[in-house]
Amino acid sequence: MATSEIQVAEHSLQHHFADMAQQKETSTFGMWMFLLTEIMFFGGLFCAYLVYRASYYHAFVEGSQKMNIWLGATNTAVLICSSLSMALGVRAAQMAKPKLMIVLMLITIMFGLGFLGIKAVEYHEHWVNHEFPGPNFHFETGDPAHPATDPQHTEIYFSLYWAMTGLHALHMVIGVGLVTWIVIAGYLGAFSPEYYSPVENVGLYWHFVDLVWIYLFPLLYLISKKHGG
Amino acid sequence: MADHSEHTDYVGHIIPARIYYMIWAVLMVLTATTVFAATIELGVFNIVLALLIATIKGTLVVLFFMHLRYSTKLTMVTVVASIFWLFILFSLTMTDYITRAWSTYTGH
Amino acid sequence: MATAVQTVERENYLNANYGIKSWLLTTDHKRIAILYLISITAMFWIGGFFAMMIRLELLTPAGDLVSSDTYNKLFTMHGIIMVFFFLIPSVPAVLGNFLIPLMVGAKDLAFPRVNLLSWYLYIIGGITALVAMITGGVDTGWTFYTPFSTTYSNTHVIGAALGIFITGFSSILTGLNFIITIHRMRAPGLTWRRLPLFCWSNYAAAIIMILGTPVVAVTLLLVALERAFHIGVFNPQLGGDPLLFQHLFWFYSHPAVYIMILPGMGVISEIIACFSRKRVFGYEFVALASIAIAVLGFLVWAHHMFVAGISVYAALVFSLLSYLVAIPSAVKIFNWTATLFKGSISYNTPMLYAFGFMGLFTVGGLTGVFLASLGVDVHVTDTYFVVAHFHYVMVGGMVMAYMAGLHFWWPKMTGRMYPEAWAKLSALLVFVGFNTTFFPQFLLGYMGSPRRYHAYPPEFQVLNVLSTAGASILAVGYVLPMIYFVWSLRYGEPAGPNPWNAVGLEWMTPSPPPTFNFDETPVVTWEAYDYEHQPQEEVTVGH
Repeated sequence: MATSEIQVAEHSLQHHFADMAQQKETSTFGMWMFLLTEIMFFGGLFCAYLVYRASYYHAFVEGSQKMNIWLGATNTAVLICSSLSMALGVRAAQMAKPKLMIVLMLITIMFGLGFLGIKAVEYHEHWVNHEFPGPNFHFETGDPAHPATDPQHTEIYFSLYWAMTGLHALHMVIGVGLVTWIVIAGYLGAFSPEYYSPVENVGLYWHFVDLVWIYLFPLLYLISKKHGG
Repeated sequence: MADHSEHTDYVGHIIPARIYYMIWAVLMVLTATTVFAATIELGVFNIVLALLIATIKGTLVVLFFMHLRYSTKLTMVTVVASIFWLFILFSLTMTDYITRAWSTYTGH
Repeated sequence: MATAVQTVERENYLNANYGIKSWLLTTDHKRIAILYLISITAMFWIGGFFAMMIRLELLTPAGDLVSSDTYNKLFTMHGIIMVFFFLIPSVPAVLGNFLIPLMVGAKDLAFPRVNLLSWYLYIIGGITALVAMITGGVDTGWTFYTPFSTTYSNTHVIGAALGIFITGFSSILTGLNFIITIHRMRAPGLTWRRLPLFCWSNYAAAIIMILGTPVVAVTLLLVALERAFHIGVFNPQLGGDPLLFQHLFWFYSHPAVYIMILPGMGVISEIIACFSRKRVFGYEFVALASIAIAVLGFLVWAHHMFVAGISVYAALVFSLLSYLVAIPSAVKIFNWTATLFKGSISYNTPMLYAFGFMGLFTVGGLTGVFLASLGVDVHVTDTYFVVAHFHYVMVGGMVMAYMAGLHFWWPKMTGRMYPEAWAKLSALLVFVGFNTTFFPQFLLGYMGSPRRYHAYPPEFQVLNVLSTAGASILAVGYVLPMIYFVWSLRYGEPAGPNPWNAVGLEWMTPSPPPTFNFDETPVVTWEAYDYEHQPQEEVTVGH
C-alpha cells in the first residue's frame, strides 16, 4: 500500500473500532439493518394494498387500467439502468478510479431525475383527470361500454397508488440527494479502496428503492387487462 | 465472534463488470416479460406470475447489485428475517379478512 | 453525613470537557445516556401531571372538575407521553446506552453519531408532541382509532402523530445501534453465552424496535394523510376499513409493550444475581426466553381487537397465541425465583425494587392471561380491569425495574452513592402507593366501570377515592428519589469501581468511567455471573 493510502486509511478509522475491517463490516451491517426497517415501513402500505385488493378486486382492476403501462414500464427500465450505473460506480470506488466513480454517479443521478420526471408527468395526468382522492375525486373508466362498477373502492386504489408511489418518489428524491453528496465528497478525494463504505451504503439504499419499484410496478400497473373481469 | 476471523478483506470482493451487465440484461428481459404476461388473461395466475417475476428480479438485485451473495451470513439472516416478518404481518392480518365471511349466517 | 466530600477528581467522562457545547455535541454514549435521563425524567413528570388531573377528576362520580372533552385530552396525553416518550425509551436509552458498551468491553456504541442523532430526534419529536398538546391537545386516546382520529376529531391529531413519528426513528436508531454493537463489538473472549442477560434483553428489545416501529410510523403517516388530504384508507365513508388501522397500529403497539418490559427484565436479572451472590438459574433459558418473547410478541396483536369486529376465527388464533407468549415470561419468573433459592440475599434498595417487580409483574402478567381468554375479555374489555392490568405490568413492572436499575448503577454513572435509608423508604412508598392505586381498579373493572369515562355511578366512588389516595402516596415515592439523587451528586458518599461486589465488565472500570471506558480492551475469561469466584465479601454498602 502506498504511504498516502495508509494515511487515508488511518485517518478514516474511528476510535472505537479495532481496525478498518471491523469498521467497514459494521457499517455495511448497519445499512442493511436500516434497510430492514425500510422494508417494514413500506410493508405496512403493502399490507393495506393486500387487504383492499383482496376485498375489492374489480375496483382495483378498473383503477389500474387508468395507469399508463408504457410510462410505468419505461420507469422500471430507467431504474434498472440506474442500478447498473450505481453498481458500476461502487465498483469504481473499490478499484481506486474516482473519476470513473463520479461519472457513473452522475449518470445514476440523471436516471433518477428521469424517473422523477416521468412520474411527474403521470401525476399531472392523474390530477387533471380527478383521480386524486378527496372531495374532487371523480372516477370514470373512459370506456362507455364498461362503466365503473365500484367507484368508491376505486378511490381506495388511488389512495394507495398516491401514497405508495409518493413515498417511493420521496425516497428517490432523498436518494438523488445522497448520490449528489457522494459525487461532491468523491470529487474532494474522500474515498479510496480502503474507505468507500459510504459509497457502498448509498448504493445499497439506491438498489433498495429500485427493489420497491420492482414490486410496485406489477401490483399497481399490471393487475388485469380484462374489462369487467 | 468478535475475533475478526470471519471478516472479509475490507477492500471487499470486487465483482467483474460483466456480471453486472448480465444481471442488467436479465432484469430488462424480465421487465418486458412481465408487461407481456399481463396482456394474457390467466385468471388468478396473473398475480402469481407477476409476483414470481418480481421476486426473481428482486432476488437478482439483492444478490448481485447489493452484494448479498458475497456478504456475511449475518447479513443474509437479516434479509430473510425481514421477509419473514412481512409474511407475519400479511398472513395474520389476512386471517381476519379471509375468515370474516365464514361467520355470516346467510345461506351456507 | 451532609458535608460535601472533597476528593481529588480523576478524569472521567463527566469532567473531561466542560461547557454546553461539549454536552450537546457529544458522541460519548455515557453523556448521551445522561441527556436522555434528564429529558425522560421531564417527560415522566409531564405525563404524571396528566395522571394527577385524571385521578383528581375521578375523586367524585360526577364529571365536575373538567369537561368530558378536556378529560379525553387528559387521558390521551397521559398515554402518549408515558408510552412513547417515557416507557419505550427509558431503560434502553438511559441504562442501555450507558451500560451496553461497558458490558461488552467496547469503547462506545457502533455508531456514536447516530446515537446523538437519536437523542435529537427524541427531543424534536417530544417538542412537536408537546406543542400539539399545549396548543389545544389531542383527544383520540393514545391509540388514535379511526375514523375518529382521521375524520371527526377536532384536535391536533397530526401534530401529535408527527411527534410520535419522529420519536419512532429515535427508537429505531437506538435499536440498530444496540444490535450491531452486541454482534460486532464484544471484547475478546466474550461469547454469546458469557454475555450479561441485560445485553440479551436489550438485544431482543432492539429487534422489536427495528421490526415494529416502521409499521406504526407508516400507519400514523396514513392517518395524517387521510386527515390532511382525504386519502382515505381507514374511512368507511370512502370504503375503507377502520379495523385495518387497528391491525397495523397494534402490529407495533403490542410488541412495543415488550420493548418496554424486556430491558426491565434485563435489569432484574443483573440485580437478582448480584444480591443473591449467585449465577442466574437457567441462564440459557432466560436468554432464549427474551428472544422468544420478542418473536412471539409479534404474533398476538389482535387480542386488542377481540370485540372490535374481527372474525371470531381470527380471534381464536390470536387468543391461543396470546396464551403462548405468557410462557417465556413465566420461565423468567421461575428462574429468578430459583436464583434466590440458597442465595445469600442482601436487601438493598435495588433488590427491594426487584422483589416488587417480581410480585407485581406476576399479577399484571397473569391478568393478561385472563384477558387473552375470549370469554373473559368480552366482559372486561374497555373497563378498568384492562387499565389495572397494564399499569401493573408497566408501572409495577417496568417503572420499578427502571428505579431498580437507576439505584443499582447510580454509583457507576455518578461516582456517588444515594442515601440508602431514604431510598428504602421511597421503595416502600412506591410499593404501597402503587397497590393502593391500582388494585381497586381490578375490582372496578370487573364490576363494570368503563375506562376513559370522566364520570361514573356513585357506587364506585369509594374505590376511586382509594385509588386517588394511593396515587398521591405513589407520587411522594417518586418525588423523593428526584430529591435525593440530585442531593447525592454533591453530598453522596463517593463510590468505588464496584460498591456492590458485582460481576461484570462495567464494574471493572472506575466510577464514573473514563471517556473511553477502559484503559485497555479487556479479555474475558470467566463465565457470566461468576459469583462463586468472586471474593466472598458480602455487599457492604448501605446501612
